[in-house]
Amino acid sequence: MSITDTAPVPAAHDERGRPVKKRREGANVWLSLLAWIVGILFVLPVVWMVLTSFHSEANAATNPPSVFAPLTLEGYREFFSGGASPWPPLLNSLTASVISTLIVLLLSLPAAYALSIKPVKKWTDVLFFFLSTKMLPVVAGLLPLYLFAQNTGLLDNIWLLILFYTSMNLPIAVWMMRSFLSEVPVEMLEAAQMDGANLTKTLRSVIAPVVTPGIAATALICFIFSWNELLFARVLTATVAETAPVFLTSFVTSQGLFLAQLCAAAFVVSLPVLVAGFAAQDKLVQGLSLGSVK
Amino acid sequence: MTSVAEQAGTQTDAPQPAPGAARRASAWARRAPLLPALIFMIVVTQLPFVATLVISFMDWNAYYPSERGFAGFDNFVRVFTDVNMRDAVWTTILLTAGVVLISLVLGLGIALLLDRKFRGRGAVRTMMIAPFLVVPVAAALIWKHALYNPEYGLFNGALTWIWGLFGSDNPPQPDWISNMPLWAVIFSLVWQWTPFMMLILLAGLQGRPLDVIEAARIDGANTWQIFRSMTLPHLRQYLELGALLGSIYIVQNFDAVFTITSGGLGTANLPYTIYQIFYQAHDYGRASAAAVVVVIGTIIIATFALRTVSSLFKQEAGR
Repeated sequence: MSITDTAPVPAAHDERGRPVKKRREGANVWLSLLAWIVGILFVLPVVWMVLTSFHSEANAATNPPSVFAPLTLEGYREFFSGGASPWPPLLNSLTASVISTLIVLLLSLPAAYALSIKPVKKWTDVLFFFLSTKMLPVVAGLLPLYLFAQNTGLLDNIWLLILFYTSMNLPIAVWMMRSFLSEVPVEMLEAAQMDGANLTKTLRSVIAPVVTPGIAATALICFIFSWNELLFARVLTATVAETAPVFLTSFVTSQGLFLAQLCAAAFVVSLPVLVAGFAAQDKLVQGLSLGSVK
Repeated sequence: MTSVAEQAGTQTDAPQPAPGAARRASAWARRAPLLPALIFMIVVTQLPFVATLVISFMDWNAYYPSERGFAGFDNFVRVFTDVNMRDAVWTTILLTAGVVLISLVLGLGIALLLDRKFRGRGAVRTMMIAPFLVVPVAAALIWKHALYNPEYGLFNGALTWIWGLFGSDNPPQPDWISNMPLWAVIFSLVWQWTPFMMLILLAGLQGRPLDVIEAARIDGANTWQIFRSMTLPHLRQYLELGALLGSIYIVQNFDAVFTITSGGLGTANLPYTIYQIFYQAHDYGRASAAAVVVVIGTIIIATFALRTVSSLFKQEAGR
C-alpha cells in the first residue's frame, strides 16, 4: 500500500535475506508509534479544552495542570446563565449559516450546470472569474459594505451577513458543484436524451444520484466557513445580530478566573462544526480542495 | 424562471446548427442558469471595489465629517510612506509563508505516516482532523489562554511537571506570546492548517499508481529513490493545490492576529492593519487607499497563482 510496506514482494530482497525484512517490520512498528504520537499531540489542545471545560475554575488554572481534578458542569452553567445569554448569538450564527448555504446552493447548482453539462462559451474564463474573486482581500470590501449598511439601515441586521456569506461562499460552491457535475458521464446524458427524457427527468434520474454527495460536501464547507467567520460579523453587527464568534471575543474581557468557562464556551461554539466535520470526513477533503481531490 | 428557459434550450438544441435567431435563443438558454450567480458575484464584488476606489481619492474621516472632499493622491502617499503599512506587508508575507511551508512539510510527513496500514489508522486520522474543526476564534482563544499563558497555560504547566519529574523546582516558565509573538501566531495556525494539508496530500498519495511503484521496487529501487523520483513528482500538483488554497486563506487571516496579540508586538498583518485604520482611526480615505494597494498587489500575485491552477486544470481537461 505504501513505500515502506514491502510484504507482497519478498522476492525483491531475496539476496539480502530475512534480516532486512525483519528490520523493516521493526521500522514499521516505530513508524506506527510515531503516527500515534503525532496524532495525540495534534488532538491534545482539543482534549485539553474539553477537559478544562469540565473542571472548576480553581482547578482549571493550576501549574502544574490538575489533570485528574473532579469534573463539574460549573463552567457550562456559568456560560449559559452567568452573564449575557449565548442563545441569541448561537441562533444568529445558525440562521446566517443555514440560510446563506441554501442561497449558495440555489445559485451555484444552475451555474455549475451551465459550466459543465451544457457549457456556455468561454466557460473556463467564467470559472476563473469566480475563483479570482476569492483571491481578492475581503478586507477591501469591509468599508463599502459598512457604509452601504449604514445608509440603508442594515447595520446589525442578520440579512446583511447572509448576503455577505453568500458572496463569500458562492465561488467555492460553483467550483465544487462544477467538478461534481462534470463527473456525470456524457453517455448517460445522451442515452437519456435518446430515450426522450425531458430535462426534469434527466435532472432527477441521471444527474441527481451522481451529484447528491457533492451537494452535501458543498453544503458542509459553506456551513463551516459561514459559522466560523469573525471579521465582518464583528464590524457589521452589534447587539441584535451578533454571531457566536463575536460573542466569544467579547467573552475574554471578563477578568478573574475564567478559563473553565472560556473552554466551555469555545467547545459549545465549535461543537456543530466538530460534529458535522467528523460525520463527513471524506466530504471535507473534496470540499476543501474545491472538488478537485476525490 | 430558469427551468423554463432550459427546457426551451433542450428543444432548440438540435444536432444540426440552427440558423440565426434560434441559435441566439439557444445560446441565451445556455447562459440563463449561469446568470443569477454571475450577476450576483459581479454586483457584490465589483461594485464595492469601485466604491473603495472612489473613497481612496477622498478626504474622509468619520471623526471630521465636515472635512470631506477630494484628496487626490494624498491617501496613497500616506499609505506608501506609512511604516506600519510596510511592516504589515512584511508580516503578512512572513506569516503566510511560515504557516503554509511548515504545515505543508508537516502535512506531507504525517500523510506518509498515515498512508500505511497499522492498528488504529482511522483513529489517528480522526484525531488529526480535529484541529481544523475547531472554530478559528475559539482555537486562538484556547491557544492564548489555555496553552500559552505563562502562569497556568498547559505549555508551562507541562514544563513544571517534566522538571518536577527530575526533582527540580525551578522550571523555565517563558512568556511565549511576549517572547515570540509572531511565532506564537504562526504555531497556532500551523496547528489548524496541518490537517488541511495532510488531507489533500493523503488523497494524493492514495491516488498513486501502485503497480509502477512495485515494479520499481522489484528493479531494486530503494525507499528514498522511490520517494524522490516517483512519489514526490506525483504529489507535486497536490502540494501546489495545498499551497495555493492555504495561501488564499492565510493571507486573509484576521482571527488569530486579532485574538492572540491584538496586532501588537509586530504581528499586525494587512487585514488587521486595514481593519484598524477603518475601525479605530475611522480614516475611511486612508483605509480605502490601503485596500486598493492591497488589491492591486494581490492581483499581481494572483495572476501567477491562477496560472498554476490553470495548468493543473488543463490536465483535468474539460468537455
